[in-house]
Amino acid sequence: MGNKQTIFTDEQLDAYQDCTFFTRKEILRLHGRYHELAPHLVPMDYTNDPDCKLPLALIVNMPELKENPFRNRIVEAFSEDGAGNLSFNEFVDMFSVLSEMAPRELKAIYAFKIYDFNVDNYLCKEDLEKTLNKLTKEELTPEEVELVCEKTIEEADLDGDNKLSFTDFENMISRAPDFLSTFHIRI
Amino acid sequence: MFSSLSRNSVNICRCSESFIESSGERLLHLTLSLNCNLTVNGTHEYCIIRNIIHCVRSNHIHLYFQVFYTDCSGKVTSNPLLDQLPSYQSLLYRRKSSAAGTKRRNSSRMRLGSSGSGKWASSTISRQEEKMAQRPIRELAKTMAEKRRDKTQRLEEACDLSSWRQWRQSTHMYLRKLKVESQELLLSLQLWRGDIHLIEGMFGTGILSYFFFLRFLVMLNLIIFLLMFGFVMLPIIIVPYVSGNTTYNLNNGSPCSVYPSSARRGLVIFHEYITDLLSGGGFLEQTYLFYGYYKVDKIQFAHITYNLPLAYLLTTLAYLLLSLIWIVKRSATGFKRNLVQDEDRFQSFCNKIFAGWDFCITNENAARLKRNSLLYELRTDLEEERIKQKIADRTRKERCRIYLIRLILNLFVVGVLAGCFYSIYKATIFSQDAQMNNVKENFVLDLIIEYLPSIVITLANFITPLLFSIIINYEDYSPAFEIRFTLMRCVFMRLTSIVILLFSLWSQITKCEVDPCVCGYNHLLYSCWETRIGQEMYKLTIFDSIIIAAVTIFVEFPRKLLVKYCECGLTKWWGQQEFAIPQNVLEIVYGQTICWIGTFYCPLLPAICTIKYFVIFYIKKVSLINNCRPATRPFRASSSNFFFLGVLLIGLALACLPVAVSVAQMNSSQACGPFVNYTKSWEVLPTTVSQLPSGVQTLLIALSSEAFAVSFFVFTCLAMFYVIALAGAHKKVINQLREQLVMEGRDKHFLIQKLCQAQSLSANKSSVSKSHSSRMSPSYHTSFSSNFNEGLFLAHPHPSSSTHV
Repeated sequence: MGNKQTIFTDEQLDAYQDCTFFTRKEILRLHGRYHELAPHLVPMDYTNDPDCKLPLALIVNMPELKENPFRNRIVEAFSEDGAGNLSFNEFVDMFSVLSEMAPRELKAIYAFKIYDFNVDNYLCKEDLEKTLNKLTKEELTPEEVELVCEKTIEEADLDGDNKLSFTDFENMISRAPDFLSTFHIRI
Repeated sequence: MFSSLSRNSVNICRCSESFIESSGERLLHLTLSLNCNLTVNGTHEYCIIRNIIHCVRSNHIHLYFQVFYTDCSGKVTSNPLLDQLPSYQSLLYRRKSSAAGTKRRNSSRMRLGSSGSGKWASSTISRQEEKMAQRPIRELAKTMAEKRRDKTQRLEEACDLSSWRQWRQSTHMYLRKLKVESQELLLSLQLWRGDIHLIEGMFGTGILSYFFFLRFLVMLNLIIFLLMFGFVMLPIIIVPYVSGNTTYNLNNGSPCSVYPSSARRGLVIFHEYITDLLSGGGFLEQTYLFYGYYKVDKIQFAHITYNLPLAYLLTTLAYLLLSLIWIVKRSATGFKRNLVQDEDRFQSFCNKIFAGWDFCITNENAARLKRNSLLYELRTDLEEERIKQKIADRTRKERCRIYLIRLILNLFVVGVLAGCFYSIYKATIFSQDAQMNNVKENFVLDLIIEYLPSIVITLANFITPLLFSIIINYEDYSPAFEIRFTLMRCVFMRLTSIVILLFSLWSQITKCEVDPCVCGYNHLLYSCWETRIGQEMYKLTIFDSIIIAAVTIFVEFPRKLLVKYCECGLTKWWGQQEFAIPQNVLEIVYGQTICWIGTFYCPLLPAICTIKYFVIFYIKKVSLINNCRPATRPFRASSSNFFFLGVLLIGLALACLPVAVSVAQMNSSQACGPFVNYTKSWEVLPTTVSQLPSGVQTLLIALSSEAFAVSFFVFTCLAMFYVIALAGAHKKVINQLREQLVMEGRDKHFLIQKLCQAQSLSANKSSVSKSHSSRMSPSYHTSFSSNFNEGLFLAHPHPSSSTHV
């Protein structure tokens, strides 16, 4: 039953359905999107799990990510090599976590990774400053940036070490009312 | 391979090579501390790390290490021990595993084993993993390959279970898949999905909530119409086709039951049809549109008697109750969230930085606007902090002055409101008198007189918000409170104007030349007063839709053209149209309140309102995309949802009032409508109850008696107090837990530092190499900046090794 497609085997599609928040149709559509990013690199036949990775530059130019100030960090956070090269699995994973149906805890984990620019498991002041500058394209004065970062750490830091650990971040995000509605990409 | 590396990493590799050769251990736990002089750059570190892995991979050694920072004084600010804590393990950070491809779980256990914490830690880990295992796979933060492995593992485990469990699991999965597919189907049937997607991409989620609200109202009105249609109109329509017969309310000869026909006779000029269409009079009056047409008492079907008055009344109650339940259900989530964050300014900065950017934005323009609005918000917040400081520093004299100004301005506002209400009252009375005199002068003048109350209400609702926004500047509140207060005033103005209109209509209806009125109402002028009220509501609805369409076409489009092509100073000051969400929401809540009140008198009004909101969606969407820029004062999606539904609830409460008064207090008209045989509309219920079997009767009478009402009220109060006390207790517990968390964090750091000190003491005792005793750090990690001859110290020596440099 269903459409006869030759991109994935049925087991693969089942596995994708269980491991992500997408349905079969959406997975096939995602494959189409992945393919059109680099038609000569991406094979149409994924039944034997080809090892194909697309570089950061291609993915970051997708219309869904193009205007996002954190696009580089998002792609890096989901790539295994940390440099932003995504295989199809990671591509699907990325959009699955950013979809509407992913729960808050999962999104919080990845949000923490995305905002952690220096990848040290803490959101220190430099991370916050970078986040803020990316958000506002550096239109705030340095004193304002300083003030805002100070206030942010003051609001969220629970254990008093002047930077945000994952517990602090998760605690704060669970009470941020807009997080679920803004941290989502429609594809 | 090493030629392209920096000096630092070369030396790390050299040292690590020598380590590996000398130790020959399979597990090497390496800690690097980077001095802050080094460039702090993710790719740089990854470069180092990657190259080290390349170097040791050939030796089939599992290499795990953490990179952390020392601050400039050399004091270690984080510690690898912290990373091994169970609370950190639950993060399951994605990290490069070694080439041997060990499973993550085993590797983490091995790591713990090396630190010597042994069984306790591994048992905690396994407990955590069991907790993880119960969650669906898709919710784990792992790579796709790992998730697939988990899935196969779970399947294997499932095979070991008994056949009953297997069957149960497979049914569960099948049901879940079915649910997902049906949800997908339902979602694809949703109205306007593509349009909303487009708007979301261009303007973000704040304005989106307005369009969700509009869609909700379309659905609500459709359901209300279906209710009215199904229970009131359908029986009357199908009676000729089914063998039933209706008993009409007879003309019993009293003066109250005279209903002159309002159909036009003789030669009818075309524009009179238009007047009729727009005012609901003439040929429209004696149709299904208005209350007066339903002059049916009972319908006899084959086996049952259909009591139409009862159905009419109960359907009215039903649609009000349905609206209430649906709105409360929709606002429940927003309200819960608002309760938890009772301190309004608690996390404003965090929320803006981490949840401020709408990841849905795909349009360059929209991204720029969002950026500007975020900038504006942040600056406003900083400004608010400054103002709060200023308020706290106010002297007594200044405070008295401010309070005096506020009092005067509030009195002024009350005066303005009173003036508006009085003018609405006067306009209604004038309009009613002029219509009664029936002097048809001029087509346009007639229409204006008919629509006079609507015109006055619309004018008042246009001027007062401008006035309020000017006044609030002098009252010196904080910016957030200013917005809310102005909004409250506008809401009050809009919704009360409808009530004033109805009140003035009622005063007309119950005013007779001979006091008291013979029929309870002025039967000479208003032989069918419910239809008159229905006509007024109909006129209000039509006028409202005309105004919305006209403003969009004749004000917004020209404004955009002017601003685009004409470069003079005036147009620059006026600027492009902003999509002001609060004003737009108030507009449609006003329309919905009219609909709720009017459905009792004009059963087809919900259908008209459905069509009206349907058309408004497209008008607003086109106007938004072509003319508007988002408001500089952005509306947060979550709190805005709560605001919309809150205002809607106020409208519903206000709508129930007139309906309740007219059903219970006013004498129903004797010449038309279903309630001709009863003095008041409400009486149909007691009459029906008295015809029921005696057992049910006693039960219903008991339910409506004072004793039951009082005890129910007391019980509800008790339940409410209990829930409030529970909420207070929870808040206290939350605060306590928060403080505890802070303390635990400090405890953790303290203990770890002590542990490191103890370890360093024992390491120093057996160390042979030169250590920097001048360093104040409690740890034994040295900085790495210029002294590459210094070795690397093992963070957690393998129990049986004694490697060190």
